[in-house]
Amino acid sequence: MPERTNAEWLADLRGPENQQAITDLRVVLIRGLSYSLSTRLRGDIDTLVEDFAQEALLKILNNLDTFRGESKLTTWAQKIAVRVAYSELRRKRWQDISIQDLYPEDSGIDYTPAVLTDPGANPEMSVTQRNILEMVLRLIQEKLTEKQRQAMIIVMSGGLPLEEAARQMGTNRNALYKLIHDARKRLKEEIEAEGLSADDLLAAFGSI
Amino acid sequence: MELKLDVLKKMVRSIATTAPHEIGCDECFNEIDRFVELELQGKKPAEAMPLVQAHLDRCMNCREEYEALLDAIKACQ
Ligand SMILES: [Zn+2]
Repeated sequence: MPERTNAEWLADLRGPENQQAITDLRVVLIRGLSYSLSTRLRGDIDTLVEDFAQEALLKILNNLDTFRGESKLTTWAQKIAVRVAYSELRRKRWQDISIQDLYPEDSGIDYTPAVLTDPGANPEMSVTQRNILEMVLRLIQEKLTEKQRQAMIIVMSGGLPLEEAARQMGTNRNALYKLIHDARKRLKEEIEAEGLSADDLLAAFGSI
Repeated sequence: MELKLDVLKKMVRSIATTAPHEIGCDECFNEIDRFVELELQGKKPAEAMPLVQAHLDRCMNCREEYEALLDAIKACQ
């Protein structure tokens, strides 16, 4: 395969006779995906990889105008192929686990772990740690919106990857990340308003 | 519904380390090809692009794709 500069790739992919460039790019995508997926999936992955590469190629050709030239074109193209492949694999892997199973929609639920209500449990937990956990639980219940609370609990419990949780909630992964970031910021402010700093929290729970 | 104790502890840490400005998955995606190339050139991308590094430390989906992209590019070098 000829080495191309970014300008040459763009010219070749946009040109009237772009078949060779497309073929060359497909080879790159297939080689990259085959390698990165071979360590994660078992069995024959050739068909899967070809499908991902084909879908990615269409995306790449439709989005050439958004390439900013800050990396090699092939790196940018591989990034798109990886996103296509991993999004699809996540959807297949997690689609049967529903948010409703992980998070029964019912406001006013008590999230308090039994170990916090039972004074005999977890004797090694300090009073400070117990107080912080109770405060955070209370603030999660009082200060977050239902949506923030649901998102934070589902994603941080590890029940569903961010992307699949977003899909099931009818949003996207970027928006869900931002929703949870807002929730974390709100909780941090509320905790500080109650007189504890981030350092206090880390001092109590830093080495989990 | 009860939150597991370790999840609650994880939340506390995550709240404590929250920055006022964090980039989301879209911005991370925009920057990740350059980040990966710096890494492969042995330059320190975490220093040049700390917001991307912070996102990768927090977002398991973006981290997974970043590692896959590193692998994919190594396979083609
Ligand atoms: Zn992300």
